Amino acid sequence: MMWQAARALVGRDLQLVWARRGDAFQPALFALLTVVLFALALGGDAESLAPVASAVLWLAVLLAGLLSLDSLFRGDAEDGSLEQWMLAPVPLWWLVLVRTLMHWATTALPVILAAPLLGELLHLPRAQLPVLMASLLLGTPILSLLGAVVAALTVGMRRAGVLVALLALPLYVPVLVFGAGAVAASAQGLDAVGALLLLGAGLVLSLALAPLVAAAALRIAHN
Amino acid sequence: MNSSAKNRLVRWFHQLGSPPTFDRFAARWTPWAYLLGLLTMGIGLYGALFQVPADYQQGDSFRILYIHVPSAWMSMAVFALMAFYAAIALIWRIKLCEILAMACAPSGAAFTLITLATGSIWGKPMWGTWWDWDPRLTTELILLFLYLGVMGLYAAIDDRRNAARAAGLLAIVGVALLPVIRWSVVWWNSLHQGQTIRLLGESSMDASMIAPLWWMVVGTHLWFVGSLLARARADNLRREAGKDWVGKLAGHESLEQAR
Amino acid sequence: MPDSNVYARPLLAVRGLAFSRNETPVFGPLDFAVDANEALLVQGGNGAGKTTLLRVLAGLLRPDAGSMDIDGRPARHDLRARFVAYLGHLPGLKADLSALQNLDFLCGLHGRRPAQTGESAMAIVGLAGYEDAPLRTLSAGQKKRLGLARLWLSPAPLWLLDEPYANLDLDGITLVNRMVQAHLRGGGAALITTHGAYAAPPVRTRLLELAAIA
Repeated sequence: MMWQAARALVGRDLQLVWARRGDAFQPALFALLTVVLFALALGGDAESLAPVASAVLWLAVLLAGLLSLDSLFRGDAEDGSLEQWMLAPVPLWWLVLVRTLMHWATTALPVILAAPLLGELLHLPRAQLPVLMASLLLGTPILSLLGAVVAALTVGMRRAGVLVALLALPLYVPVLVFGAGAVAASAQGLDAVGALLLLGAGLVLSLALAPLVAAAALRIAHN
Repeated sequence: MNSSAKNRLVRWFHQLGSPPTFDRFAARWTPWAYLLGLLTMGIGLYGALFQVPADYQQGDSFRILYIHVPSAWMSMAVFALMAFYAAIALIWRIKLCEILAMACAPSGAAFTLITLATGSIWGKPMWGTWWDWDPRLTTELILLFLYLGVMGLYAAIDDRRNAARAAGLLAIVGVALLPVIRWSVVWWNSLHQGQTIRLLGESSMDASMIAPLWWMVVGTHLWFVGSLLARARADNLRREAGKDWVGKLAGHESLEQAR
Repeated sequence: MPDSNVYARPLLAVRGLAFSRNETPVFGPLDFAVDANEALLVQGGNGAGKTTLLRVLAGLLRPDAGSMDIDGRPARHDLRARFVAYLGHLPGLKADLSALQNLDFLCGLHGRRPAQTGESAMAIVGLAGYEDAPLRTLSAGQKKRLGLARLWLSPAPLWLLDEPYANLDLDGITLVNRMVQAHLRGGGAALITTHGAYAAPPVRTRLLELAAIA
């Protein structure tokens, strides 16, 4: 029953992304814009950009993810789909988990795939790219899962905008620190594996706990 | 404790949950809590400023520790208490605990602000700047954002019960993540800045220096109890507005007379 | 007389159910039961709490007091999911997908009655030919009919219908009545809220009057 529901939800989300395939590039475009703005603010030369390239990239990905959080539950809340999820025979947390992972795949993954290109724009030292990609692959799902909790808490509110950022950013701090820090550590010649392992552990914990908390938050907000 | 005393205690807790009873309880004890708090803090400050000898290394500037340290402890303790009340409110759906949890937030935020301000003032002679990304103060700063988030979420939702439950859930998430945040900030600091001058000297404080600290700790706790009761009472009254007992409290014989 | 009474106990039994919002009572305490093969009409003016009652019965809201038994057992989430189908104000349909895509998703989520397909259900509600039409091209009445098709596909025996006649023309009203009639004959039951302005379904019905609590 749970796999059938998951398959149905995955199929639906893919159909929805296909129906609005233009929108799928927006997070990646936003990340690109952020990178451009940083380059304009710092000066386009390699000496200014290369030392901060990995941090700027991480921030661009994080901010793009923050902005796309709004689309995680709002559409389903407004047309009554969330209600149907709550009435389904499968647990709500399972649907939340599947939905969040699909959302990550359709909003964060394109940005991660664009990361090497964005790194070139920022004169990112080639040696840092593998660690950067690994930290993004491990860290962005955590951001999506933690973001799901915040999105669930604010799903009823009309103009949640800045409040969502205010709620999410403190929760994002450890992910940012270990993610960008992993790259910084490897740049200093230290071992990044420790930080990456911590991200991995965080990912496992988030996968287990965040859907439950987000489901509870959805029920509270839907009252 | 024999069983009849325990029964009385349990009954008292249940009764306290009724809004008019809590109102009377809070109205009675708030002034005492404030008064005793001010008194003990006064004793502590007197000791801190005039009795304790100056530090041989930092001179007189270290005295701000007597405000900074109790505030820091309160900022963490109040957050934990807030999450505790929120957990009870969510699991057992007790309205009073919702009110108490939300009443903790502004006081906790205030303590956090005081911690940051005093920490910055204390750090200036040592660091040369008003802010150095010291891991403890950075964690306090993020804690402030968590408090503001809880308060903002509570204010943003119209239905008071749902607002309290949503903000309470956020507080629980915050308290669970706070150690992780703290740990990550410490790691970040060691990665980027190497050794830092620790803001708080080693806890090998002479016995004569500790006494005013404990007075301040007790004083801040008492003051917090006063402000918690006062705020909870106000929220309680606001929620129950329109009921007969509130009207009677305002001095009207019945709600009809009030109109 | 019921020709297939699979459920020996009342399908839904409610005792002392009450709900309040922001300290003001919305309804309650209520006691009633719904048996198989019967419909319960919930009537009341605006603000009497009909929608809230249905949402509490569906499990979307927690009541302040009282208990609900489904098929003789205390109502829990999995029991409700199997026994109750809810048609509320919001149909739960995605505007970007086609009618059939919507039905297929909801059947994947809730399960499907055996021997029924999305196409057959759409034909029953009079939407044959609109399978691939994007939902946003359908009118409000057609979307309501699609919601009814989803209801038809649900295997649950107890229907909770909140204002099922809204947005429907005369043909649509007849459709709802026929569907309720067929559902009841098959051993199901229905709880229907209505303002009272529409004809009741021609089945064995009882009335539950909700007075707005001033």
